[in-house]
Amino acid sequence: MDEPAIAAQGIWHRYGEGELAKPVLQDVAIEVARGEIVLLTGPSGSGKTTLLTLIGALRAVQEGSCRVLGEELAGADERTRVLARRRIGFIFQQHNLLGFLTARQNVAMALELDPELADAERLHRSDAMLDAVGLGDKTDALPAKLSGGQRQRVAIARALVHEPGLILADEPTAALDSKTGGEAVRLLRRLAKERGTAILLVTHDPRILDVADRVVALEDGRVVPAAPETGGALARGPAG
Amino acid sequence: MSPRDISTRGDDAARADAPRGSGSAMLAFRLAWRQLRHEPSRLVAALSGVMFACVLIFMQLGFMTALLDSAVSLQLGMKAEVYLLNRTTEALWRSSPFPRARLMQALALPEVARVVPLYVGNAVWKNPVDGQKRTLLLLGLDPQAGLLALHGLTQGKLDMVSRPDTILFDERAKPQFGPIAQMLAEGPVRTELNNRRVEVAGMFAVGPTFGTEGHAITSEVNFRRYLPGRAFGEADVGAIFLRPGSDAQAVRDRLAALLPDDVVVLTHDGLVQFERDYWTQTAPIGFVFGLGVAIGVVVGCVIVYQILFSDISRHISEYATLKAVGYPNAYLSKVVMGEALILAVLGFIPGAVIARGLYALASAKIFIPLVMDVSKIVLVFSLIFGMCLLSGLLAIRKLRDANPADMF
Repeated sequence: MDEPAIAAQGIWHRYGEGELAKPVLQDVAIEVARGEIVLLTGPSGSGKTTLLTLIGALRAVQEGSCRVLGEELAGADERTRVLARRRIGFIFQQHNLLGFLTARQNVAMALELDPELADAERLHRSDAMLDAVGLGDKTDALPAKLSGGQRQRVAIARALVHEPGLILADEPTAALDSKTGGEAVRLLRRLAKERGTAILLVTHDPRILDVADRVVALEDGRVVPAAPETGGALARGPAG
Repeated sequence: MSPRDISTRGDDAARADAPRGSGSAMLAFRLAWRQLRHEPSRLVAALSGVMFACVLIFMQLGFMTALLDSAVSLQLGMKAEVYLLNRTTEALWRSSPFPRARLMQALALPEVARVVPLYVGNAVWKNPVDGQKRTLLLLGLDPQAGLLALHGLTQGKLDMVSRPDTILFDERAKPQFGPIAQMLAEGPVRTELNNRRVEVAGMFAVGPTFGTEGHAITSEVNFRRYLPGRAFGEADVGAIFLRPGSDAQAVRDRLAALLPDDVVVLTHDGLVQFERDYWTQTAPIGFVFGLGVAIGVVVGCVIVYQILFSDISRHISEYATLKAVGYPNAYLSKVVMGEALILAVLGFIPGAVIARGLYALASAKIFIPLVMDVSKIVLVFSLIFGMCLLSGLLAIRKLRDANPADMF
């Protein structure tokens, strides 16, 4: 448990080729300790989403070192990256639930990657997780029958149910109103803290900065000192 | 690398891998079924497409095999071991006569026991009830020759055609010829054949072929009465009976070398195959039905591909999400293939049932027996299965568009 959840150094990333190559990340370094909750902010185009996809093993690392949960992703092949993703929980802007599956079945999808797990055990753990996000009575509902906030809570349950060491979230409140969004993020924070799960959360939303242990700001592909209003969050320092 | 994966690399890797593979295939299959089931109207649309293709293929194959089986039913009832045909003959119903002298020459071989000339010609039959005229295929041969072994044909009946202007009639001929069997049970049946009086002395059964709608059998002498234009000394088919223990193939080869090349020499199997080949190859019918089968497969392919492709397109972000959370491409491919196979099986079953009903209808209405046997069921299912498999494989290419990196 000594190794941090994320330890990335000297990350460069370019889109395009040759003369037209446009650097989106320039010598970025970021470290997130186990159990720590870090917010990644910055204007659009600052490269924060690219950084998230690199850490999430969704994109091949071009340059630099990117260790996630003890696994070096630089130079990793597709298979290694697929396996690395299974140890991460993802939460997207849109809930991206499978419309033809119930809430319980959607959550269980995160557990079906291990076919040796008995179906009953999968459903039991899904139900327990839905209970934890306050949707114990909605387990058999299809996503179309749930409100936006409820869907995002199902997505949170799906991201947590397989006990990942790290949660990556991209604007999880973007599709929600401020009250629902705030509730969802606080729920995520509480559950992650209970489980010692680290979170790296990309957001524009200033109202949820207080959930973070620390804020990292990106601008034009470089890490810059965080804006003053996040000072309080910074002062708390890493947890766990 | 997760601990779970490292563990499978141990000594028991092979044992550990097998159940995992089948377990994941089962889960992918279940996901495929849940996805299809979620939208019943789309599922029904997809299944009707598969069903349509299935029925189309069944009907085409049914007609094709019925054609081929009925086309050779007469040949299958011939008892001789070796046959002669005019080299220009393409099929029995339009055969060209050849000199009977060729049959006499064949007697030169010690293996040849006896030879029987068979005369074949089209004659116009007058329906004794309504006077309607239809063409049948008249066979003329020595009633004592023992050449034909057809359903319902006895030596006693054959003896009767020695009488002038007497024939035996095909009870499976199309009903437009008249209710001959029923009339014969009540009393003598007299009508006209090629504008000459004729009496039906008995019945036998061959049934219509694609070449003719009915058959009649008579003696050589009567045959010449109805078809007086025929040159004396020419036969349409030469049947050669061999002595017991002779090798028909060897005799055929020797006869082919011995006889002038105005005739072809065929074994019994060769004669059957010759007639079959005419209908499959020379006549466009085999091609037409083959094309029908191909069209059925293509139509089914397009429908299944459309359904699978649009399913993937509409769920592209869900598929990308599954990739993002660690599902490999292979798993999603299994889901798509699972959908294809479910469509194949669920579309085939009602398709086969409908085709079966249409077969019964066709057999009753057009008197061409369509038979749904195991080999046909296996063939059609293989075609439908292959069709869905191909559509699935094509649709899987669309999965590449599901890029998990685009999810953020």
